[in-house]
This record gives sequence, C-alpha cells and structure tokens, in this order.
Amino acid sequence: MSVDENTVRHIARLARIAVTEEELAPLAKEVSSILDWVEQLGEVNTGHVAPMTSVVEMEMKMREDIVTHEDLQDQVTRNAPVSEDGFFTVPKVVE
Amino acid sequence: MSEKKNLIEGATGAWEIVLGLEVHAQVMSQAKLFSSAPTKFGAEQNVQVSLVDAAMPGMLPVINEECVRQAVRTGLGIKSQINLRSVFDRKNYFYPDLPQGYQISQFKYPIVGEGEIEIDLADGSVKRVGVERLHLEQDAGKSIHDQHPSLSFVDLNRSGVALMEIVSKPDMRSSEEAQAYVKKLRAILRYLGTCDGNMEEGSMRADVNVSVRRPGAPLGTRCEIKNVNSIRFIGQAIEYEARRQIDILEDGGEIVQETRLFDPRAGETRSMRSKEEAHDYRYFPDPDLLPLVLSQEMVDALAADLPELPDDKRARFVREYGLSPYDAGVLVSEKTSADFFEEVASGRDAKLAANWVTGDFFGALNKAGRVIETSPVSAKQLGELIGLISDDTISGRIAKDVFEIMFETGDDPAKIVEVKGLRQVTDLGAIERVIDEVIAANPDKVAEVKEKPKLIGWFVGQVMKASGGKANPQSVNELLSKKLEL
Amino acid sequence: MTDLTKLTIADARKGLAAGSFTAVELTQAHVTAAEAASKLNTYVTLTPEKALAMAKASDEKLSNGTAGPLEGIPLGIKDLFCTEGVRTTACSKILDEFTPPYESTVTSQLWRDGAVMIGKLNNDEFAMGSSNETSRFGPVINPWKASGDDTALVPGGSSGGSSAAVAAHLALGATATDTGGSIRQPAAFTGTVGLKPTYGRCSRWGIVAFASSLDQAGPITRSVRDAAIMLGSMAGHDAKDTTSVDIPVPDYEAALTGDIRGLKVGIPKEYRVDGMPAEIEKLWSDGISWLKSAGAKIVDVSLPHTKYALPAYYIVAPAEASSNLARYDGVRYGLRVPGKDITDMYEKTRAAGFGDEVRRRILIGTYVLSAGYYDAYYIKAQKIRTLIAQDFAEAYKKVDVLLTPTAPSPAFAVGAKTDDPLSMYLNDVFTVPVNLAGLPGISVPAGLSAEGLPLGLQLIGRTFDEETMLRAASVLEEAAGFTAEPSTWWRA
Ligand SMILES: [Mg+2]
Ligand SMILES: [Zn+2]
Repeated sequence: MSVDENTVRHIARLARIAVTEEELAPLAKEVSSILDWVEQLGEVNTGHVAPMTSVVEMEMKMREDIVTHEDLQDQVTRNAPVSEDGFFTVPKVVE
Repeated sequence: MSEKKNLIEGATGAWEIVLGLEVHAQVMSQAKLFSSAPTKFGAEQNVQVSLVDAAMPGMLPVINEECVRQAVRTGLGIKSQINLRSVFDRKNYFYPDLPQGYQISQFKYPIVGEGEIEIDLADGSVKRVGVERLHLEQDAGKSIHDQHPSLSFVDLNRSGVALMEIVSKPDMRSSEEAQAYVKKLRAILRYLGTCDGNMEEGSMRADVNVSVRRPGAPLGTRCEIKNVNSIRFIGQAIEYEARRQIDILEDGGEIVQETRLFDPRAGETRSMRSKEEAHDYRYFPDPDLLPLVLSQEMVDALAADLPELPDDKRARFVREYGLSPYDAGVLVSEKTSADFFEEVASGRDAKLAANWVTGDFFGALNKAGRVIETSPVSAKQLGELIGLISDDTISGRIAKDVFEIMFETGDDPAKIVEVKGLRQVTDLGAIERVIDEVIAANPDKVAEVKEKPKLIGWFVGQVMKASGGKANPQSVNELLSKKLEL
Repeated sequence: MTDLTKLTIADARKGLAAGSFTAVELTQAHVTAAEAASKLNTYVTLTPEKALAMAKASDEKLSNGTAGPLEGIPLGIKDLFCTEGVRTTACSKILDEFTPPYESTVTSQLWRDGAVMIGKLNNDEFAMGSSNETSRFGPVINPWKASGDDTALVPGGSSGGSSAAVAAHLALGATATDTGGSIRQPAAFTGTVGLKPTYGRCSRWGIVAFASSLDQAGPITRSVRDAAIMLGSMAGHDAKDTTSVDIPVPDYEAALTGDIRGLKVGIPKEYRVDGMPAEIEKLWSDGISWLKSAGAKIVDVSLPHTKYALPAYYIVAPAEASSNLARYDGVRYGLRVPGKDITDMYEKTRAAGFGDEVRRRILIGTYVLSAGYYDAYYIKAQKIRTLIAQDFAEAYKKVDVLLTPTAPSPAFAVGAKTDDPLSMYLNDVFTVPVNLAGLPGISVPAGLSAEGLPLGLQLIGRTFDEETMLRAASVLEEAAGFTAEPSTWWRA
C-alpha cells in the first residue's frame, strides 16, 4: 500500500474535500491500487528524456495591451450562490 | 566599506543582521496579465473583472505582450540576465480572493535571472546588492474582513493584475541598507516607467526576510515579514524583528521559520498563524500556456531605447554640470527632481541652479508640505530667477526675497523685481551720492578708518542700508576705498 | 414524408437546399424523437423553443440564399460546452444550475454556420469516465442491446450522451470531447463515427476543462462525411486559446476522394495486447485486408512505449484535473454548502459536489503533484509522454496513418465495472496514446460482435493531417458497409 490513511487525510485536506473517517481506509486502498499500478513506469529509463512541455510544437502568441471591457460586474456575480452589493461573500476569514 | 558599523551589540556579544527582500511591483499596463480587463486603481467592486479573472468554467489565459516587455525592461534596468525561454507555473492553494484556486506565476524558469542594484548609503558609500531573479505573476483579489460581523467580502478587481516579483540575494546587513535598496529599486522602476512605485496604493510591497547570526557564522533561521507597505515600516519591522530574534537566541531559544506580519500601530511583528497550516503549493507548468519564448532582437530593441537610469544620470550630472556627487545623488534620487533640475539649469549656471534646487527650493517645498508636482514655482520660473542673479539684475540676497514672493504668489521673478523695484543699482553717480552723504554724516568714523581699515565694512553696510540693499556691493567697495583714500 | 431522423447531415443538407422539407420540420422531428427517448437518458437539458426558433431563422436564410454550411442541421451539445443562457453543468452537482453568460468558441462557430441546438447531452462527470455512469443525472443507456438479452448496456464515455443520441437518431450529429478516448470509444460502442482532432485544432475556450494538455473537442456522427462536415465548422484558430493553432482550416469533405492507392497504413504490433477478444483480432485483420484491397500498402510498425501510455495518462490527467477543478469552491458560482469557517465551507461544498470518480482523480492528482512526489510521478509521466510522441514520429517516417482497434471490447453492462476503476481505465488502452501525443484519431464502425454489438476500428493520423485520416476512414467505412441499426425499444 503506497498510501496510508494519514496520507489520504492530508491530500484530502490539500484538495479541500471533506472525507469521513470511515472513507479513509477504502480511499487509501483505491488510491494505492492505482498508484501501485503506475509504478510500472519505473521500468522505463528516462534518464536523458526531456519532459513534454507543449503537445504540438508552436510558439505562444501574445495579446496586445488593449482593454476590451465593459462593466462585467453583473455577468461575473450573477451565478454566485451568495453575494452582497457586488461583492462575493464568504464565511469570515481571520488573518 | 566595513560591515562593522552594522553589528548589533547584544548582552552576549555582537550580532549581524542578514536581510533579503522580495518586492512585488505592479506592472504598468492598460490591461491585466492574462485578461483584457483594466488595471486602474480604485474602481467599484468587481467591475474590472473579466470572465477569465473570475475563473469561470472553460476560461483560458492569454498573455499580455506589454507586461512581458515591462518585465524585460525592468530586468535590463537592474542589469540582469534576460531568459529567452521562461515557463509559467501554477501555484495551487485555496483562498477566497484566488478565483482559479491557483496563482499563475513563474517558479522554475523565471523571465529574468541574476543581476545587481547599487544602493547609496548615508555616509556617501555605495554598495552592490545582488538580485536573484525577477518573475511575472498574477495579483490576487482583495478580501475585506471589516464590513460584516460574520462575513468576508471579496472584490476581484485586482485579480489577475500583472506583478513583478523581484527577489534580492541576502546581501543586506542593516535596515538602512534595506531601505536604500527599496528606494533605489523604486527609483529605477519609476525611471523605466514599469511600475509607479506607489506603496500606499499597494502597487509596490515588500516581503522582508530577516535572520541574525554571529559575525562570520553560517546563516541563521529566517522569518519572512509579509507585505510591508512603506519604507519607514520596512525599517521599523527589521529593527523590531532583529531585536526579537537576538533576544530569543540570547535566552538560549531557537528561531522558528515562519511568516510574520508587521503591525504599524504596535510597531511589532506578529506570527501569521493562519498562513502556518502546512503549505504544499504543488507547482507544475500551466498546461493552458506554452513556454514564453522571446527573440534576442526583441530584447535588444528594448535595451536600445531604455531611458537614462539614476546611476548614469548622476555620473552625467557630475561630469556635465560639475556638481558634487552628493548633490547629483540628491537630484537623481527621484526622476521628477532630476528633470526639474535639468530644466532649471538649461543654459544657466548649473552649480548655482543645483544649490537653489536642493537648497531654497526643496526647503520651501518641505516647509509647505508640497512636492514638485504641486510646487507653486515652476522650473521655468526658478530658471528665470537664476538668470536675474547671473546677469546682475538682482543680488543673491534680493533673490531670496524674490523667491519667497514667487513661492507665495506664483508670480514670475521679473515681474516681482519690476513691481517692487528691486533692480540692483549699478549707476555709479547714484552710489557716489549715497557714499558722500554717509561720509559727511560720520566724520569721526572717517578718522577712525585710517587707523582701522577693517572699518570699511561698516561703511559698506551703511551705504547698502541707505540704498535699500539695491546698490551693487562691488561698486560700493571700490568707490568707498577710493573716497576714503585707503 | 420519409423519417427525417434517418438522414445523414449530408443528405439533410441536400434536402433543405432542395426545399424537400424545412429546417423547422427537420428540427421538430428530432425534438419529438428526443422527447420520446427519455429511457436512454441522453439529454440532460432539452431546448425545444430555442431549437425551433433557430430552425425558423435557418429557413429564412435558406430561402434568401444566405445559408451557412450547417444551416438548419439539428445537433446535440455535450454538457461540457458552455452555452450562453442555457444551463451547463458538466454533469456535476458542483455546478448546480450554472448558466454561462458566454458561448464556447466551438458551439458559437456551429451556430455561426447555421446549426440548430436540440439540447445539452449527458456525459461522465467532468468527462471523467468510460461508461457515462458517473454523471450526476444518472447513466446513459446504450440504444444497442446484445441479441436476445435485455441487459442495459453502457454507451461508452465520457461522451455517452452524444454517442447514444446520434446512434438513436435523436440528433443528426453531436459535439463531444476526448481526453483519453471519450469520443472514439463511445462511438465504437454505439456504431457511430467519432473524430478526435489534433490537439490545438479546435479551440478549448468555453469548454469545461478536465485535463488541459489532453482535452480536444470533436464530432460524433453517423458517417465519416458528416464528421468531416462538422469538423469544418468546429475547427479553427481562436485568439482566446493560446494552444489553438493558427493554420487555415482545409475543406475536409474535399479530402474524401475514396482513393487511397499507395497510402501507407501502419499496423502497430504493440496493440496486439494479450487477452484481446478473437472477434476484435478478426475485425482488425478485416480492416487491414479492406484497406489493402483498396490499394493501400500495409506496413508493420512498432510503438514500443504503448503499454506505458495508460499509467502515464493516469498521472498527467488527474494532476491537471486536480488543479483545473480547484475553481469549484462555492464562492463565485455553482453549489455551496455552508460551513463554520471558510475551510469547512470549501470542504463540505467539494465533498457534496464531486462524485466518487472525480474525487478519486482529484486525490490522485493532488498526491502526484505534492512535495516529494512531483518528480517521481508527474515529471516521469511527462517524460514517458515524450517517448510515446517519439514512437509515433518514428512510425510516421514510414507510414501515413495507423490502423488499430478502437476499444478492447464491445459495450458492457451498466454497473459491470463501476467497482473496479482499473478495469474501467483499461477501456482506453488503444485511445489514450493518441491524446498523449496530441494526434488526430477517428473511430469507424466496422462490424458486429458475436452478440450483435457494434465494434469500431481506429485510424490515427499525423499531426494536423486530419485529411489523410478522413480519406482512409471513408474507404474503411465504405468497405465495412456497416448498416446495422439498434431496435427502437426505448420509444415511449
Ligand atoms: Mg514572498
Ligand atoms: Zn509573489
């Protein structure tokens, strides 16, 4: 088992997904079986191979520094589960 | 220059402060780094937010060419290596003002590599501070915590605005050096026009890394003080933090590496517990963006029309105008004052101009709590005043009175001199008449002056007084010696 | 009048031009068929009013001679494509009732060319799945059934709604997306044609992202010609997508000359995986002989790193997904579950909003990117990707296209693989390498299995050479002469 319950708890926290204590064991098993399976990549010698950076060879185009913009406040906040006079709102964040 | 003066005496001996700065500078551009929403400061909440900035599903970043140019210009301005190939990475973490759930930044391959900045210290010495790197990244939005008892409000106007993060090497050894570094960096950015450097508006903020060690010992554990937003606070934060660390170490304690916050009101740094939760940013290349590839031609073109920067300008002021390195340094520290001086000095006595600008002019500004942009006296007017001195229309003493009136009224010096009849009297006949009166009125002094020739000063004073200060001092001297047969 | 839902796009286009029927009639026929097919669970949102309004506008254009290349053609749209004013959910609870104020580039190009939207089609949640069983709206049922067996079968995935809707004549064609086989495998499972273009051929702007370096939009249709027609409208450079390529869009239909004499067709020996069903072997060799007899040269090639494609994919795709799905946090749109503080709100929202498979992949992706594992997993996988791309590049020095099976089996029963992620992943063994290398691929229906279920053959083309691939595909289609149709058991 490459991944134990504490690891699952940790990565679930990093991913901001609540998992119950009961789910930890089965999840650890699932994730481990997949990670064990990908271990086979170790067979391949990739010593001098460069990791792929762009899928098809092309240069990245750049945008001109032009503002194409009307007030999007409504469009941007329209789908918000909650909002208050143009602000998104969340449970208070304590610094 | 010896680092000696930088050592801090603790109860158990001397300590050395080691400082490194990460400065976040907002790039001057019309639109954001990856979207075409505007960057202007102070708009209504969530008005300057595009669908990309709000991380709507399926939205994609497209890079703004000008932001790239600005980063390259800045890199050239701080004498740094420009990397023709750089890569944008995603820095993954959750925060309400980070809509994508990641910040697009440059982690492994920044657009600008190593360089250096020369900082000017109070004792007139110059020190080189190494630059580690400069990279482009997105700014986050703003969370407002004081609007509501149980809610934080999120405004994404800043979200996606282009920032340059400029990381120094741990080369600074005192708060003075750190402040000089930020001043110099800000001057360079302003000369280049790549960042307005307005710390109070947050377009420039510094993360200060502070550690202390025994002289010559290996680096100590550092603490990072986040988002210090004024040069004065940078000084205070460093002084407090260094002292805090020394006290801990001298009591046999250990420094915990952590992120801290400077509280200007209390004048102290506090641990940011909220940021302490185990961080793992999971950086990886942003698959929505291809590597950023620049041509040498583009970089050369930008290098070719780089403006003159503070160090070169100071050298030129010394060379061309014969100013002292000190005066030159004072004048170039802000582009506006350097430009003001050059306008005043053009076609005139530059030394005299420098004295007036750094002396009476800056003095008056400070007293009035004004800056060059809001000065009642223009460079043109101050230049005219210096012209009037040089062509003997008025004496230096009268000039000071004229300047005071200029500063109050904003009137042209020539006009003031006319209206107030302050022209210097150079008509010898007129001066002679005054002298004769003074001699006639003081026979005893005339007798005395034969024994004590120094007494001539008294006569000069009387004559100047009688002429309302307008008599040409030189002529007065000559005529007096003649008439008193000295 | 003939059943208008039986037409291909090409025939419908002729009929509309000739005035044999109107766009409104054509659209109404498909709306009616779709409304009567709820048992298949293909459409998650039907938009009949919009459809008829668009059709009416098309009839205008058809009559005044300003018709576009797809004028009046009723299409279904995968729910991964953002459609302005029409709920778009990626079939995930986390998007709740999200209604985009914008239209994806690909769909806006279809509307530009006159196409009509019937509704939004079901898919695996965030396109993560190979059976369309992970959708928040429940599984899509394959219109096909094994002979003498009433078991409900999967339509493949993730574009199962698209493949089933086209197979069941609920649209003349459908948009789909393919990250690891999500267009080609469902096409193979439903006897339809599925085309995954070269990465960068179609804009990704406005398509809910799964894995950015692998996602690509494409059509599912009932003929190779129809696929060529739809691709012509879907493809093209988009300044809003930096990864979309700025080269002209060829006339794909014109490439269908039917002449493949001298074409070099590669047969990758590594695709002969052990345990491959005999009928798949048989189908493959049939395909080989069909192309040979049409004048193609058959060349054996080797793609040595093929067996590492799936494991590499299951590192890269989840890694990118874990980051792409971080924006679903309950703040700006979609589902929100209240919490005692911000972290609690995030964790509850995302726990309630994501299904098991999506959660599984987010966790794997988070793990392989986390400190200490990044090089061992993510970088390693990206290096394998380079090797796989090199394998193909080598092969294309010798051949023009590659021929392989599309999937290792025909459609399987609903629920058969849901408890075994790995066996589910293995469905994509023949399609995933194509995504990793960014190449174009197409699945063509080529025969029936012993139990009477459709089987597909895959052609893989050179980067941005969809034309040659399509030309070979139409010859394969012609030779296979696949005309079987599912019985219409689902009709209400
Ligand atoms: Mg920092
Ligand atoms: Zn930064």
